Amino acid sequence: MVPARMNRHIGNVACLSLLAALVLSCGGGPRETGLERVRRTGILRWGGDLQGGEPYVFDDPEEPGRLIGFEVELADAIARELGVEAEFVQNDWSSLVPSLERGSFEVAMNGLEVTPSRADTVLFTRPYYIFSAQLVVRRDGGDDIHSLDDLTGRRVGTLSNSLSWELLNATGVEVVTYEGVEEPYSDLESGRLEAVLLDDIIAARYGLNRPTLRLAADVAEGYYSVACRPGDEDLRDAIDDAIETLATSGELRRILSRWEIDDEREAHLTTWEDEDTHAMLLVHSRASFSSHHVVLFLQGAFITVLISALAMLLAIGFGLLLALSRLYGPQPFSWLATTYVELFRGTPVLLQLYVLYYGLMPTLRRLLGFEMGIDYDAFIAAILGLALNYAAYEAEIYRAGIQAIPPGQMEAATVLGMSKMLALRRVIVPQAFRIALPGVTNDFIALLKDSSLVSVITVVELTKRMTITAVEVRSWLIPGIACALLYMAMSYPLSLLARRLEASLARQGES
Amino acid sequence: MEAGKHASAVIEVEGLVKKYGERTVLKGVSFALEPGEIVALVGPSGGGKSTALRCMTGLESFQGGKVRVGDAKLEPGQSHHNRVELKRLRLESGMVFQQWHLFPHMSALENVYEAPVQVKGEPLETAKAHAKVLLEKVGLSHRQNAMPRMMSGGEQQRCAIARALAMSPKILFMDEPTSALDPQRVGDLVELLQHLRETEKLTLVMVTHEMRFAERLANRVLVLYEGDVIENGNPKDILAAPTDPRTRSFLGLEG
Repeated sequence: MVPARMNRHIGNVACLSLLAALVLSCGGGPRETGLERVRRTGILRWGGDLQGGEPYVFDDPEEPGRLIGFEVELADAIARELGVEAEFVQNDWSSLVPSLERGSFEVAMNGLEVTPSRADTVLFTRPYYIFSAQLVVRRDGGDDIHSLDDLTGRRVGTLSNSLSWELLNATGVEVVTYEGVEEPYSDLESGRLEAVLLDDIIAARYGLNRPTLRLAADVAEGYYSVACRPGDEDLRDAIDDAIETLATSGELRRILSRWEIDDEREAHLTTWEDEDTHAMLLVHSRASFSSHHVVLFLQGAFITVLISALAMLLAIGFGLLLALSRLYGPQPFSWLATTYVELFRGTPVLLQLYVLYYGLMPTLRRLLGFEMGIDYDAFIAAILGLALNYAAYEAEIYRAGIQAIPPGQMEAATVLGMSKMLALRRVIVPQAFRIALPGVTNDFIALLKDSSLVSVITVVELTKRMTITAVEVRSWLIPGIACALLYMAMSYPLSLLARRLEASLARQGES
Repeated sequence: MEAGKHASAVIEVEGLVKKYGERTVLKGVSFALEPGEIVALVGPSGGGKSTALRCMTGLESFQGGKVRVGDAKLEPGQSHHNRVELKRLRLESGMVFQQWHLFPHMSALENVYEAPVQVKGEPLETAKAHAKVLLEKVGLSHRQNAMPRMMSGGEQQRCAIARALAMSPKILFMDEPTSALDPQRVGDLVELLQHLRETEKLTLVMVTHEMRFAERLANRVLVLYEGDVIENGNPKDILAAPTDPRTRSFLGLEG
């Protein structure tokens, strides 16, 4: 297996040759450094995501179009020190580092935590904020939780690829990864989690403002730093100096306290030494794609197969019920079945999964006071959500299959004294199922791939495992190919099966 | 039970009216059939013979008149017939369709014992044994395990006959039994049906457009023409001296 570092090396060579070609075509001249470029253009372009919201960088609610936030003020202050202007570039948070590498902006600054995996791909300056990874628990219960060690074997929520996530993975807790900052705390409230570990800024705004939750412990310190492109060492050094100036002058902490995120931890920013930066960046774990990841991938593939197979089974049964009610049911039932099919085919699966997991299930549990199996909520919601959605598609396939059966079959069954139900069960449905089978098989292939959507409700299946691993080993190539191969291994036998079924059906039709 | 004009009759049809929308297909058809008779409903296409058969088998509702098949009494109505009467009708009669409509996902043998097991609740072994006897009777014992799509038209028809007989009906309805048969096979069918009438004590009611077939097999012929019965009697008499001029033209067309 090619190690991740090798890939990057190849990437760098490619970049360099491309750059060389560009320089040559421009008619020569020495390559411009990052700092020179910023000075020449007079603009420091910095990347961030407005969706991160308050207090990082966000649209001023009182003056739409104007950006505010502590990082906006900090970027302005740094630019001022460099003698240039700061300019914000909007970029999806999860792809800030790749966009930085591509050159969409000079620096990335948006609550980027210094993690081993990031420290390997970008140049980090000294920190501009020292955060605490905070463990939040419910007020009732959770009295016995004082540290991560008390959570062994229990479910703890966090954001994927954050420092908290890396901390949790090193312990024996069951890590539940979320995509948004609101959902882990609402799942903690509803009892699906025992604790949530996230940055203090997030904890204060989304967790500790809930009356039912409380802070259990500060687990670890972490750092927000400005990220520069490798090769732009002079720009990194200049920003380092700028932050030092702002820290010693007291300006940095004034900005932080204006946004109410200043605390005793931040005193360290003023006394920060170069050795501290060294220490901060030395927490390297050189992860690369290994046999340990292969096992995790196989586990992910198993979850994918398990969820898809169970969902398909339910969808087949429920779809049949829908098709029969639609074709043979008395008025309210056939109307309901039609409405169901249109509703579930006409709305995104993603939306259905969200509503089911974050909306319906907690509400039902609250109303019924039913607590059992709450740890499996995500898994159950994943299977149910996919099953409810695919049932609508299966219903249509069966309906077409049933309508393809000559009416004489029903008449023949009728004159033999069969009731409608018996005729459907023994004569019509078995034949319709044969006609529907290739379509059902094709739908199962689609379902295998659609099952990747359940990662939004914290189920770690194959695709989610791939994205987590890609960030961890800093390469999308190997995990991506491994993931694709596993999907192929699952779906190719199915498409062969579908083809054979279609062929045998065609043969039967001829004779 | 209520005694009609023809108490001994096994099938009584009185003033049967059937409309498809504005079109009246049966304009008050009446006849009575005695047990053990072999009856052929003949006439040009569109004359109403198939519709009359479908009304007698309960596959169609009708707008006027009365139909009695054995103990089952069917009344006019817009939608479905009375369930109890229909159930009675199914026990009294069997039907062989023009296209046979065998169940394509079942073997010949399974086609035959499916209804006795599922509808009457007969034990599987009993029903299977009976089905084998029936298949032998229709000359298909060597084709027990064949799937319908592997069988010839004649074989499928005989299998469909065995399937209908498995429910031990008193009356067997058949729709156009000769339409898919080679001319030389028609003789075999005539022989088989005559044999079955005797061994199974059947009343046979069939629809056919072939007067010659009707003449060979039936002891009574009803000619339906534009929704009316225009002849009712012995086939030889009708051929020799039709009472209605329209019969003449119909027979003339026949050749």
